Amino acid sequence: MKNLLITMMLILFGAANLMSGSAVTIKGSDTLVRLGQRWAEEYMKNNPEAVIQVSGGGSGTGIAALLNGSTDVCEASRDMKEKEYKLAEKKGIKPYRVSVALDGIAVFLNESNKVKNLNFAQLKGIYTGAITNWKEVGGNDTRIIIYGRENNSGTYSFFKKQVLNKEDYSDYTQTLPGTAAVVNAVSKDKNGIGYGGIAWAKGVKFAAVAKNEDGKYVIPSLETVSNGSYPISRDLYWFFNGKPEGELKKLVNWVLSEEGQKVAEEIDYVPLSKERAKASLVK
Amino acid sequence: MNMKELKFKQKSRLWEFLGEKFIAVNAFVALIAIILIFIFIFKEAVPIFTDPEIREEVTLGKMVFKQEFYEGRDAKWSWQPNSEVPKYSLFALFIGTLKAAIIAMLFAIPLGIGAAIYSSEFAGKRMREIIKPVIELLAGIPSVVLGFFALIVLATFLQNLFGLTFRLNALNAGIALGIAIIPIIFTVAEDAMTSVPRSLREAATALGANQWQVSLTVVLPAALPGLSAGVVLGFGRAIGETMIVLLASGNAAIISANFVDSVRTFSATIAAELAEVVFGSGHYSVLFFIGSLLFVFTFIINFSGDMLLTRIKSRFQGKMN
Repeated sequence: MKNLLITMMLILFGAANLMSGSAVTIKGSDTLVRLGQRWAEEYMKNNPEAVIQVSGGGSGTGIAALLNGSTDVCEASRDMKEKEYKLAEKKGIKPYRVSVALDGIAVFLNESNKVKNLNFAQLKGIYTGAITNWKEVGGNDTRIIIYGRENNSGTYSFFKKQVLNKEDYSDYTQTLPGTAAVVNAVSKDKNGIGYGGIAWAKGVKFAAVAKNEDGKYVIPSLETVSNGSYPISRDLYWFFNGKPEGELKKLVNWVLSEEGQKVAEEIDYVPLSKERAKASLVK
Repeated sequence: MNMKELKFKQKSRLWEFLGEKFIAVNAFVALIAIILIFIFIFKEAVPIFTDPEIREEVTLGKMVFKQEFYEGRDAKWSWQPNSEVPKYSLFALFIGTLKAAIIAMLFAIPLGIGAAIYSSEFAGKRMREIIKPVIELLAGIPSVVLGFFALIVLATFLQNLFGLTFRLNALNAGIALGIAIIPIIFTVAEDAMTSVPRSLREAATALGANQWQVSLTVVLPAALPGLSAGVVLGFGRAIGETMIVLLASGNAAIISANFVDSVRTFSATIAAELAEVVFGSGHYSVLFFIGSLLFVFTFIINFSGDMLLTRIKSRFQGKMN
């Protein structure tokens, strides 16, 4: 009995040691987790001695982990909030931010919806509850059913800042866990509207979006997001504690290399333009 | 007694001693874990009452009463924690939690109790051996699967059936919750009814009562505390269940008496928001405060359920009046 206990403990400690040895942990945004995993796989293929662990949980979780020192890299689909920067300062952590890819936020409509184009004013009206009928934006005479993301997701904050001018979402916004659930709901609800990353859409159509009423309405795609003509796009970040060095520096510079960015494009993320990727490199 | 027997006896005593200590430790670990969990949850909620910085953002009053969030606009209840002006009205969530739980109970009580009466009173032995395990098997369905089923299938079905505006609503979530609760109500109620002493049934039959009369006027009243215990325990589960409501309710914090509007519940709010909340912020404390509330609610509910079960036991042992 006693021997068994001791052996078990030894095994546990051994495992813990092995894991903490040279492993790099990446943690954070659910938007980015798929990309992080692909990058880790490719990187480990080229550098067999490297061990990288990637997990999701959300941008907030990742940032909290960075501030607690329990992750080397934090993936985030939003910048850190002022409160979080303050907390970092208090804990003696110096966040270092690198843009690693872009993300376009598409507006999803049911495939049977007559509406094709929406501008920012209309989107804001719909999502704040000022516009409640599809008739008002050129559709059928039915109520608009609004779907959105949970109020702590990076996508929620981003859409709120960029499109709603920081005003509150309507109380009637149904929030769903994850973009996949939003897409599913809109695909089943002919009066539904939703938003989320462009990599996710199956069974719904994208609305063409313009910043102003008489502006150019653009459908989101890899090209239109990458060249900046689609108006709702954002940077996706990696945060480090201090300027990355050694293994971490090698990893992030590989991610920003042509090879790394190509991996992103292969799984429907939007790569940085070549100039931006170059500018982001850690020297 | 020879030496060999003696040795065996000593050895087995040692093992008994160790075994007893081992299970005692297990029992205490569970108890201590629960106490520690509660202390931890409550500790994280305390800043709402003590931290001046957080109190500017949220107080008990702000969580309960209508607030005038913007000058010149009507006071209202609103759950918008990630706003320029954070709004933490728990009232909207309370209504949502209650609505989903009430529908779940309305759906599950008749089915659960009805099934229990049939199974314990009317079903033949063969039938009973099929019904009981099948209903109890329902309890083994992971709630995320039930929630997913409600999100994809049930919601569409209900919308087409009633022509509902909102696909995901309290009705949809309530029915899915009800399915999760039926086995709880059924099992407890069925056990209570089958454990009604034979002597009671025999006495009633001897007085000329038929099967219906025996069941409804003798067995049912005798087992009533057990039936209530089932209902109460089911209600506790309905309040605390998370995954089903998170997926099936639409999660919009609307205050209305309409049972086909979307609802947002306490448990779903914690599940959805805790993962990304800024650590140590007002919002973080509010979520833990909700957690403490849920903990206290379910504790009281489960405790009263257990009290009822103890009562039914003493009733059948003839200790009652």
